[in-house]
Amino acid sequence: MALNQFNLKLGKYAPYLLSIIILGVLLLIWSGMTGIPKFDPSGLSEDDLMMQEMNGDIIRDESGEYINNPDKLSAIPGPGRVYDKAVTELSAPFEKMGTNDHGIGWLVVYTLKRFLVGFLLATVVAVFLGMLIGMSKTLLMALNPFIQVLKPVSPLAWMPLLLYSVKDPYITSVLVVFMASLWPTMANTAFGVSNIKKDYIRVSEMVEMSWFRRFYSVVLPASAPAIFAGLRISFGSALVAVVPAEMLLGELGVGYLSWIEWNNLDIAGVIFAIIVVGVVGFLLDYGLSKLAQRFTYVEA
Amino acid sequence: MSYLAVDHVTKIYPSLEPDAKKGDEFVVFDEINFTIEKGEFVSMIGHSGCGKSTLLNIMAGFDQATKGGIILDGRETSKPGLDRMVVFQNFALMPWKTAYENVALAVRQSHKEWSKAEVKEWTMKYLQMMNLESAANRRPSMLSGGMRQRVGLARAFAAEPKILLLDEPFAQIDALTRGSIQEELLRMWEATKSTVFMVTHDVDEAILLSNRIAMMSSGPHAKLAEMVNIDIPRPRVRSELIDDPKYMQIRNHIIKFLVSGETGVGDKASNNVAELKAV
Repeated sequence: MALNQFNLKLGKYAPYLLSIIILGVLLLIWSGMTGIPKFDPSGLSEDDLMMQEMNGDIIRDESGEYINNPDKLSAIPGPGRVYDKAVTELSAPFEKMGTNDHGIGWLVVYTLKRFLVGFLLATVVAVFLGMLIGMSKTLLMALNPFIQVLKPVSPLAWMPLLLYSVKDPYITSVLVVFMASLWPTMANTAFGVSNIKKDYIRVSEMVEMSWFRRFYSVVLPASAPAIFAGLRISFGSALVAVVPAEMLLGELGVGYLSWIEWNNLDIAGVIFAIIVVGVVGFLLDYGLSKLAQRFTYVEA
Repeated sequence: MSYLAVDHVTKIYPSLEPDAKKGDEFVVFDEINFTIEKGEFVSMIGHSGCGKSTLLNIMAGFDQATKGGIILDGRETSKPGLDRMVVFQNFALMPWKTAYENVALAVRQSHKEWSKAEVKEWTMKYLQMMNLESAANRRPSMLSGGMRQRVGLARAFAAEPKILLLDEPFAQIDALTRGSIQEELLRMWEATKSTVFMVTHDVDEAILLSNRIAMMSSGPHAKLAEMVNIDIPRPRVRSELIDDPKYMQIRNHIIKFLVSGETGVGDKASNNVAELKAV
């Protein structure tokens, strides 16, 4: 009831405002749970304090009082420290400080490139094969068991075999993305093509379309919604696969960033990497859904 | 020689009865024989299951007759083609194309040598004839059922087929809209001097539109029970038709047949027409 009144007054902005409020509450809880514990010097001698200061466990603040050194705390960092980390990383996104220390902008570019090459390659192969399979009921039934067995295999399970075969970690990481994207699109395309409404085929026969014309002006648009549904599933599965592939293969990228920061014991960096993966994934998925809208139709 | 001949057409499916043995047959209809002359409007009426839609599909080339065949303008038909345009019960418009594109598709295919401008002119002409100018750039999902079927009719007429096959075209349209589309169909039929074969189970619709009505007995083993001549002069106006004694006579005759399953008077053919005229 209260929520409905709230809704009524703010109209279409209500959900956005609610999102911001939820974000604020989450940040509050986060910082409340991860605040730097207050340093209590009582019961410690002057020597103890000096020893701790030399160790770097405590530092003096502006007024000269001892406080816990935030950089030395092994606890989960609060939002403030993740924000500081993000500012540092984002202020020099395209700098190369060393072989393995590239700016966050580069890491995103590397991951995007790996992801898009693998995903697009898989899309071309999957749509082509899916169409071929879907146009023949016999072929569909004959190949379906293979697709069904291969589909649930985690794309990472292929990695040792792929690495052994191609002996190149970059190509292997692309192929892992490829394997992750292949099956859902292929299965959905085949399903979509084999389930095109009989009416559309009948109309295309009635107006005597050539095979080629029927393919691109009836079969392709009629199965577009099924193909895009498959692409969305493939997309999610490829995005899930690209992060551990980078971790395991040591290929530079945002997935690698998360692992490197863990090796540095920089938990703020790990959280920052998680957020970057989330944002990149969201933007890609948004783009794909916009693209899908252009090519799909409302069933009459 | 008649324009279109349905010649001893029989459709048999393997039996699906639970106790059927292999090789058992299910005869949908048996030895259907009739002809349609050029420019005629012939309807077929019968209970569901008598195979009238199957017969239409055979005429369209979507289905094959087990025995017999269809001869159109001196040639036996087999595959579907532009000379037999079908208007489907569920419209069968391509939802990713606009109303214009759905009609233009048939125009382009039937006149491959035409330029873009010629195709456009012809398409717009038929859209206008069906009162569809305002809907030309809309997709089917944005159109009402009545509008969709207008597009379906425009598509079929625009290809100028030798015969139009209407498969219960108004079954999914509400009663009020149905009336006005029926009148548009009549106008189109008269303007283009087309030949039409329509399957329906609406008696009033059949009488309003047709020159002759073919009555099918119930299946299995459905037969063409009777061909009724509708000699009510045109133009026929729905509101006046109801008071026409001849109309009531024919209507009662058809409904009696549909209810009892018997033709009542005599055998097939048109001896009932003589009876009707005597009244």
